[in-house]
Amino acid sequence: MKNIPPETSPFFPRDREWHPPAFTPGYKTSVLRSPQRALISLEGTKSEITGPVFGHNILGEFDNDLIVNYAKPGEMAIGERILVYGRVLDERGVGIPGALVEFWQANAGGRYRHKKETYLAPLDPNFGGCGRTITDENGGYFFKTIKPGPYPWPNGVNDWRPAHIHFSVFGHGFAQRLITQMYFEGDPMIWICPIVKTIPDENAIKGLIAALDMQNTIPHDMRAYKFDIILRGRRSTFFENRKEGN
Amino acid sequence: MVQPLTYFKESASQTAGPYVHIGCTPNFSGITGVYETDLGSGSMVNDKTRGERITIRGFVYDGAMTPLKDALIEIWQADADGFYNSPSETRGKADPNFLGWARQPGDMATGEFVFETIKPGRVPFRDGRLMAPHVTFWIVARGINLGLNTRMYFSDEEAANAEDPILSRIEHRVRVPTLIGKREGNTVTFNIYLQGENETIFFDI
Ligand SMILES: [Fe+2]
Repeated sequence: MKNIPPETSPFFPRDREWHPPAFTPGYKTSVLRSPQRALISLEGTKSEITGPVFGHNILGEFDNDLIVNYAKPGEMAIGERILVYGRVLDERGVGIPGALVEFWQANAGGRYRHKKETYLAPLDPNFGGCGRTITDENGGYFFKTIKPGPYPWPNGVNDWRPAHIHFSVFGHGFAQRLITQMYFEGDPMIWICPIVKTIPDENAIKGLIAALDMQNTIPHDMRAYKFDIILRGRRSTFFENRKEGN
Repeated sequence: MVQPLTYFKESASQTAGPYVHIGCTPNFSGITGVYETDLGSGSMVNDKTRGERITIRGFVYDGAMTPLKDALIEIWQADADGFYNSPSETRGKADPNFLGWARQPGDMATGEFVFETIKPGRVPFRDGRLMAPHVTFWIVARGINLGLNTRMYFSDEEAANAEDPILSRIEHRVRVPTLIGKREGNTVTFNIYLQGENETIFFDI
């Protein structure tokens, strides 16, 4: 890891017109779970600009291979084999090294391995559905998995989720903490999904659609999808004129 | 034309969904054998951790006063001396026996979350004034489109709370108690209300 001095300035404000608002009645669960009063703005103090660091020692050998990390020895998960790769960057375009990226998804039939999941599609005995990795010195990451299937969910009587992978990402400050979802290029289900449609800005949605990248396929093995994740940028510290502790 | 400002936009948030446990606490969700333990689970404290042991417990309530049973809560806090265990902490070195971060799912049957931690020390605000001891909370769940940020202060810190630069500038004083965890013995109860008369103050951090 490059030895760059840690940054201590606050983050760019979050663009709340870009993110989904809390109250989105098309996604019914949000109705009773959306705060109704204005958020109170809090310019980053130490409590927001700092954040935990996770070392590569937490990772197991197959944490970033969902095809095998739950499979019985010698077996593999069923489905379209894909490589998902990209970089975790901040809004300045700076790669974020050491970022913990966690991901979870349904199996190829659109079924999650979870006690509360009721979809009739079968479980794959060799697929758990979770993985994680930590970005390299340039912010790069990758993992292997199978392409998740779309699935119906209780919202409207005929609402379906497009194929997607959930992502949880840590940056260097707790204020960068983000959960989002990755969609797949060309999927017509994206534009009719009530959860996707919580995002008001079409360009913001496009930013969550991974591109099929035939340059980075593994020949005779798997196709590649590129998915960059952008976290909040930090302000420049042209003037360190604020008194901060000591 | 002027030179373009080449900034990217933050990736738009999407809800953590009902199955956030699969990715963040797989052992809790019944997926065993992939990770040895769930990251951030268990006590935040070991024998050598400095500071006063406390237990934080509470529920996250929706607008119908029903506790969420699928929420995931993360906390981030300073050590007993007010230092964060982070490279961006430049004032001093934090207790090596205290990470300061933890993650707990609400109980699947009741929704209750529990953190075994220590009471944090005071951390300076941007202008150098001391903030009262507090724990930063981040809450995600199905139906929450963008993670919610709040803080828990402590009921046994009346004097420090009174001079806290964040608490003291909240216009609607009647809402301030929503940020105060109620301490009884070593247990601090902190319920989070997403809506209603007692809606918790959430911050745009
Ligand atoms: Fe999902």
